[in-house]
Amino acid sequence: MAISKPDVLYRNISHKPPETNWMDVPLEIKPGRYCYAADPGPLEYVGMPNPRKWNPKDDDWKLPENWKETFIGGMKERLEKFRSFKIFMDICVRCGACADKCHYFIGSGDPKNMPVLRAELLRSVYRGEITKAGQILGRFAGGRELTENVLKEIWYYYYQCSECRRCSVFCPYGIDQAEITIIGRELLNLLGLNIDWIAKPAANCYRTGNHLGIQPHAFKDMIDFFCDDIEEITGIRPEPTFNKKGADYLFITPSGDVFADPGTYTCMGYLILFHYLKEEYGMDITWSTYASEGGNFGFFTSHELMKRLNAKMYMEAKRLGVKWILGGECGHMWRVLHQYMDSMNGPPEFLEVPVSPVTGTRFDHAASTKMIHIVEFVADLIKHNKLPLDKSRNDNLRVTFHDSCNPSRGMGFLEEPRYVINKVCNNFFEMPLETIREQTFCCGGGSGLNAGENEEIRLMGGLPRANAVKSVRDRHGVNMLANVCAIDRATLTAMMDYWQPDVGVTGVHEMLGNALILPGEQERETNLRGEPLPGKEEEE
Amino acid sequence: MKAINSLILVLALIVIAMLGAGALGIEYLFGVIIPYLAVLIFIVGFITKMVGWGKSAVPFRIPTTCGQATKSLPMFKDKWSRLDNPGTKLGTVGRMFFEVVLFRSLFRNTKVELHPGQYVAYSSSKWLWIFALIFHYTFLIIVLRHLRFFTEPIPGVIVFLDQADSMLQILTPPLFISSLLILVALGYLLLRRFFVPSMRYISQPADYVPLFLIISIVVSGMLMRYVGPFKTDLMPVKELAMGLVQFSPTVPEGIGLTFYVHFFLFSVLLMYFPFSKLMHMGGVFLSPTRNLPNDSREKHHANPWNYPVKVHTYEEYEDDFREKMVEADLPVVKPLEEKAEETSENDEKKE
Amino acid sequence: MYNAKYIIPGLIIFALLFTFPFWYNLGADAYEPVELELPEDYDDCLESTEYMRTEHMKMLDEWRDIYVRDGYQMYWSELKEQYFLMSLTKTCMDCHDNKEEFCDRCHDQTAVDPYCWDCHHIEP
Repeated sequence: MAISKPDVLYRNISHKPPETNWMDVPLEIKPGRYCYAADPGPLEYVGMPNPRKWNPKDDDWKLPENWKETFIGGMKERLEKFRSFKIFMDICVRCGACADKCHYFIGSGDPKNMPVLRAELLRSVYRGEITKAGQILGRFAGGRELTENVLKEIWYYYYQCSECRRCSVFCPYGIDQAEITIIGRELLNLLGLNIDWIAKPAANCYRTGNHLGIQPHAFKDMIDFFCDDIEEITGIRPEPTFNKKGADYLFITPSGDVFADPGTYTCMGYLILFHYLKEEYGMDITWSTYASEGGNFGFFTSHELMKRLNAKMYMEAKRLGVKWILGGECGHMWRVLHQYMDSMNGPPEFLEVPVSPVTGTRFDHAASTKMIHIVEFVADLIKHNKLPLDKSRNDNLRVTFHDSCNPSRGMGFLEEPRYVINKVCNNFFEMPLETIREQTFCCGGGSGLNAGENEEIRLMGGLPRANAVKSVRDRHGVNMLANVCAIDRATLTAMMDYWQPDVGVTGVHEMLGNALILPGEQERETNLRGEPLPGKEEEE
Repeated sequence: MKAINSLILVLALIVIAMLGAGALGIEYLFGVIIPYLAVLIFIVGFITKMVGWGKSAVPFRIPTTCGQATKSLPMFKDKWSRLDNPGTKLGTVGRMFFEVVLFRSLFRNTKVELHPGQYVAYSSSKWLWIFALIFHYTFLIIVLRHLRFFTEPIPGVIVFLDQADSMLQILTPPLFISSLLILVALGYLLLRRFFVPSMRYISQPADYVPLFLIISIVVSGMLMRYVGPFKTDLMPVKELAMGLVQFSPTVPEGIGLTFYVHFFLFSVLLMYFPFSKLMHMGGVFLSPTRNLPNDSREKHHANPWNYPVKVHTYEEYEDDFREKMVEADLPVVKPLEEKAEETSENDEKKE
Repeated sequence: MYNAKYIIPGLIIFALLFTFPFWYNLGADAYEPVELELPEDYDDCLESTEYMRTEHMKMLDEWRDIYVRDGYQMYWSELKEQYFLMSLTKTCMDCHDNKEEFCDRCHDQTAVDPYCWDCHHIEP
């Protein structure tokens, strides 16, 4: 389906809801706003319920016989297992503070994309089917019966939430729609209601080690290919190792960095950095083809699948006998690593508290999980003047930084990337305060929603971010949007093409790779993208 | 519709009190039995609800981090962020203090506007924060002021509160500032639900009922104090109140009907409380996105219901891809020729 | 229950605060309704008892304004059908001559602190 031009789409956004009671507004599954249903194959592979061919546009969703009992039973179980869920079902006062905080609401105007109403879709079922008051008073107590249409509505809107937590920042009780969506999707998955764009990567990750289904030899080939490029540009060939037993450190990054532009340039940045660290400081960092995925699409499916996919990291670290794990630039990957991994699969007694072998800095804040973010690791290196950097190689860039939802609101990882960016480039500009740091906006494709078929809602959801970029482009001539997330690199590229075609997207380590001076390198003519470096254009 | 139904419900409550304590003359029910029941339901209901929440597990540390992590490299420490993203218990107490006492999160509120020419603007929007603060604090002051009826001798603080609240010395008896402010705040909270389209869309009877109920309580209270025909002699009211708290209930003569309406509506509010959204009063303390320190990489937090899951082991993975791995010079644990002897093991369970 | 070490003390504090009036009055004597020392010479005040109970503050306030600011001195009592001087000390306290045994009895019990006595210094 054709997407209207940006100015038309923008003009048609209306934040005015209909006058009808929202419970009476019939569900319309609009093309461009939903993702295709999961094929049976991936579900069977990981043993998820009710694998079958189905289509959300059909009337019959081929639900299991006892779907209602399963859903309600699942809710009751999760009310016991997650205090967050129980509290968030009980205490919302519908003050409306969250209403205009959701990027999908801002961009689409669909009132059921207001976080409060997205939560009410499920809350009304909780009240109508589980609480006494709701069972007796029904609608007057805000309750409704769980019907197939209600279920479809929940499916439709819970796959229009990117679990970005922006609403939670503004909620006076910290009600987090991400948490409700996570549990809502877990319930939907009990009935086999899911989307292919999540189910397939999750199954891939389970089998091949990464979402993209890259098999070990292909994974190595890709990285070899980057090494070729790096050799061509710098005259030096990095020699990464794979699955190396006895290596000191294990590096895990989202597979998007290995596969999709512009993440690939970020990956080249990692390779250059690791080569430098190996040559100068003897740091032995290995890559794994088995744990070749930092991201975790299980997180978008169920807590159990998240744990199953995440388990590989510690298992591989143990098998290889490394000291600690270094994690690449990724958003939801770091939410899982920071807030879930240790409780699910930890603590890893076989690892050591991370200490930088270069600077001696002990990362006590990762004392239990034993995994650190490559950007904090690099910030520490730069702070101790351990990296020779030529900022001017990034002088063609006028950079702004997009905080990814998960590192900012699930970690508090705000200053680290800014510090590194300022050390590797000369022109850095912040977007408006309401759109960065803890108030940052989603790229529009988080939580497994970066599919092709839902492009319209993604572009709508991308509006707040794109518009903030526009403001710094207009004021400061910004031409590059930096971030520390693989999904951002994929989503924002398409989103910029639509809203702001003259702004590119980069990972922080791509800029680091360009600025880092390797000992004995040839004079670089181009950056990692093969574009001429500033000052070298005339020679072309 | 939702608002009208809610208003009718509250009006019906008023009529019940008027009929019951007035026409039917069963003051004992409205002055003693229902209030006792209300206190009991409120306390037991509140505690039951909180214990119910307490029985649910907190498997993961999921604070919403609203500032630079305090548990990060020392070079990034920011003294302010410890209140928005604390890493320690003490910091978390601080965060909760600001959340509960000053509504920190609501203070962040912004309003989005889409201007022509593709310009998305955010402006600070503090009205909800201001009026929410006014409402909650005046409500607290008003409840505390009423202790003058339930204590003898009246504690000095309560006397002081009464005097401070009426220090403007306008009207006779002097106007309580809190009564005026709470009406303004309640008016704001109600009118935004009527006139802001998105608010009207999300509002439920459960939002209107408490507003109408509290407004009716305030208005009936003010009628008793300021408006001739509704005025009531306070001495028998005090006698009734003291009878209740000293467990020797009496229903003295000479209490006006307005009092019974006022007292009944408040009793209803107490009884309604534990089963409603008003439980946010207790719930806010237990919200896992606010009351947990952000130290989940530093300290291990056990998930009480953690269970072993099926995982895809490295060995299974190698079995799947050994040939290709060997071909690509990737190290393998078992050499290629052994592959035939390999019996594929079932998925192992991992703790 | 999880986090009982935080939740239970919290609930105890909540219950203690909410039940404050119940335990604050423990040990105190049973509450006695207020008895006023009424003048023996008269059966009625200037207006009916009910009226005086609910409106005396308003009446005094009006007297103050009319007498001090507007200069009128006399109040017509409908009940007694005669004029009285609008004076707290000379009229009211002519009968109710003991502030402590009359005014203060009720005022103290309801935390009422009228500002009459800011100007009218009544010696005990």
